[in-house]
Amino acid sequence: MVKVTVDGIQVEVPNGSSALQACEAAGKEIPRFCFHERLSVAGNCRMCLVQVVRAPKPVASCGFPVAEGMEILTDTEIVRKARRAVMEFLLINHPLDCPICDQGGECDLQDQAFGYGADHSRYREAKRAVTDKYLGPLVKTVMTRCIQCTRCVRFATEIAGVPELGAVSRGENMEITNYVEKALTSELSGNLIDICPVGALTSKPYAFTARPWELKKTDSIDVFDAVGTNTSLQVRGSAVLRIVPRVNDEVNEEWLADKGRFAMDGLKHRRLDRPWVRVHGKLQPVSWQDAFVAIGRRLDGVPGERIGAIAGDLCDAESMLALKDLMTALGSSNIDCRQDGAQYDVSRREFYTFGSGIAGIEDADALLIVGSVPRQEAPVLNARIRKRFIAGGRGGFPIGMIGAPNADPTYRAEILGDGPAVLAELRQGGHPFADVLKAAKRPMIIVGHGALVREDARAILAACWALATEVGAVGPEWNGFNVLHTAASRVAGLDLGLLPGPGGRSVAGMMSGGVDVLWLLGADEFHTAQIGAQTFVIYQGHHGDAAAARADVILPGASFAEKSGTYVNTEGRVQRSFRAVMPPGDAREDWRILRAFSEVVGKTLPYDTLEALRDRLAAANPVFRVIGGRDVSGISDLAGPAGDPGAVSPAPFQPVIDDYYQTNPICRASPTMGECSRIYVHPQTVAAE
Amino acid sequence: MGHLDRTVRSFLLAELVAGMGATLRAFFKPKATINYPYEKGPLSPRFRGEHALRRYPNGEERCIACKLCEATCPAEAITIESEPRDDGSRRTTRYDIDMTKCIYCGLCEEACPVDAIVEGPNYEFATETREELMYNKDKLLANGDRWESVLARRLELDAPYR
Repeated sequence: MVKVTVDGIQVEVPNGSSALQACEAAGKEIPRFCFHERLSVAGNCRMCLVQVVRAPKPVASCGFPVAEGMEILTDTEIVRKARRAVMEFLLINHPLDCPICDQGGECDLQDQAFGYGADHSRYREAKRAVTDKYLGPLVKTVMTRCIQCTRCVRFATEIAGVPELGAVSRGENMEITNYVEKALTSELSGNLIDICPVGALTSKPYAFTARPWELKKTDSIDVFDAVGTNTSLQVRGSAVLRIVPRVNDEVNEEWLADKGRFAMDGLKHRRLDRPWVRVHGKLQPVSWQDAFVAIGRRLDGVPGERIGAIAGDLCDAESMLALKDLMTALGSSNIDCRQDGAQYDVSRREFYTFGSGIAGIEDADALLIVGSVPRQEAPVLNARIRKRFIAGGRGGFPIGMIGAPNADPTYRAEILGDGPAVLAELRQGGHPFADVLKAAKRPMIIVGHGALVREDARAILAACWALATEVGAVGPEWNGFNVLHTAASRVAGLDLGLLPGPGGRSVAGMMSGGVDVLWLLGADEFHTAQIGAQTFVIYQGHHGDAAAARADVILPGASFAEKSGTYVNTEGRVQRSFRAVMPPGDAREDWRILRAFSEVVGKTLPYDTLEALRDRLAAANPVFRVIGGRDVSGISDLAGPAGDPGAVSPAPFQPVIDDYYQTNPICRASPTMGECSRIYVHPQTVAAE
Repeated sequence: MGHLDRTVRSFLLAELVAGMGATLRAFFKPKATINYPYEKGPLSPRFRGEHALRRYPNGEERCIACKLCEATCPAEAITIESEPRDDGSRRTTRYDIDMTKCIYCGLCEEACPVDAIVEGPNYEFATETREELMYNKDKLLANGDRWESVLARRLELDAPYR
């Protein structure tokens, strides 16, 4: 620790801190543009100048290391003058187009010019102009506004791992560019909009839509992957206009994947806003009462074992519990939340959660990824792996991958093979990467759904666990056994036991006439064509997607933005989101629909309020008592999940996501995501035009 | 003595004559009233009357949907929605002023960076129904077209003091 004095305030900061960090520790605000906590230090904007006593001139505090006994002054005439002068230089070439700039109202340059700049401009000469660059369908550029802080370049290179941005020329002619006209190939490109301190990089879909001061902000959770990114829904009137990340160092730091940021325009398209009942093969709009009566009449006399229910990937824990309670009341144990047919061992939570935690990735020192493409399945988590990889330096964080040989993970990973046979090789020893894992103090193994949706999933899971115990990835000090989920609802579903009960049928068992009545709670990600022709299908959800087309009764539900819900992310962290807007038309919150229907069939569920349902949730599984937190602990019981580690088939792992931009009903309804899919996933169609 | 004085004055109708005198003097002074609506009083160039949205001389509308007027309006009478126009420029798709909410403070005019929204000299826009006072973009642009010469002159006169 180093003792530093900032404006007469004594603070202690760790060795190697910068002067800027010391000033922050003393509670002094230092203006800055190029400096960003999560990026490397560039020191090129010079806005953070402070005075260091006995230094001949002001120093850029972001890159100036502290020394014992250093005295820093942040509010002297010299500092103020220096800041005014830097601001004047920055504004020389910055256009005066704040009124038409989307950053207006949340612009660092605007705020700091107001706070630290001069009150008038002395510059009368011509300003420079720069041609705009094409960065794809999500990021709009107005490069004349750029102040060359190079945050975007550093973000693309360091965090996103796609070194596609750079600066050419120098001095006044310096330009940020992507060299060739090509869309930025990152699932995190939306974060460029947030880190750009000026209006050079703004959101293309949100262009000219609203001003920040018009928007009402509601805390929410991203449901498009299982990371549980903390988001803020920004709403005007009844429309969610944009989604931005909230800072949560445990989960997402301050990043948000593109799907979570831009798919919300799907909330305005293809919505189910009234109940429908199929009469003589055609869907007819009806009232809620008639829809319930139609279901009640069909259910009359159907034995419990002929009724089934499937919960989808975007469901909140509350509605899933209500569905389970309803099915139990109807005498059915045919319930499943695993649309993709994945197999887990739910006897212990360690077998199906991301044990080391997302922040725990930074503590690991070797990583094995089995049957997963984290870049597609959880881009924000992938950024954390890359952060660890960068911090490790050359060879400091060895990463091995089994499966997905063609995917670019954004970090250097050794491809060990394409199928589960490699696991056996690793366990036998002698494999070079097995030695790497054994040598590591805190090795990590990530098992993805590429491994878990197979027939031999249990064997692979057991083999991975066995490998984890052998290399010391699990132990009383450290839990490095991780299951990476892809669906936001999955861990909550497993926690609540939305799995077939004794004698119950799984998703596959409910197909082809396995049940007579099938209740789909937002479930669209399975082959709806396999549902038996005679099966009566009730679809409860928010979008008219695949399953709604097959349904006999449609009950309009609420999307994630329209209900307060509880979600459990892949780490097993319980998080809550709040309602930002009302559901459209006659649509209602999902648990209310299930509660209302239960009354129609005379099996009234014992909760009338969300609070009562949440009490029931906490009673059903105590993990729901702790919101936001998560126990980080090692494992003392090393007994593995059920399954024979040797019974694996040699078939290679298949990626579970073939189109990152089209993985759920909201994305498929979103024009922005459709455009992204067209440009990134099917470039040949764009080229053909 | 005072009693006698008052009695004499009262009999001679002195107050009445003084009052008639005042009337007679006013009779020959210039008139204070005007024959509205055939005659109208003078207006300051800063008079804040009915709103108008102005255009550039080439016919392009000035408003760029920056929403500063909407933000500054203390009565929250202005509603704006915007999106990129086909040529990529920032334009309003909706610009509504609720004239029954408006308090004619002129802050919208002050806030406008492009002199698009102005309060003109017109105060004769009374209507029979409230609905007619919900102005939309077409109405405001029509006002601008109708009053442009006067509006430009007013801005010019006021420019030295801004």
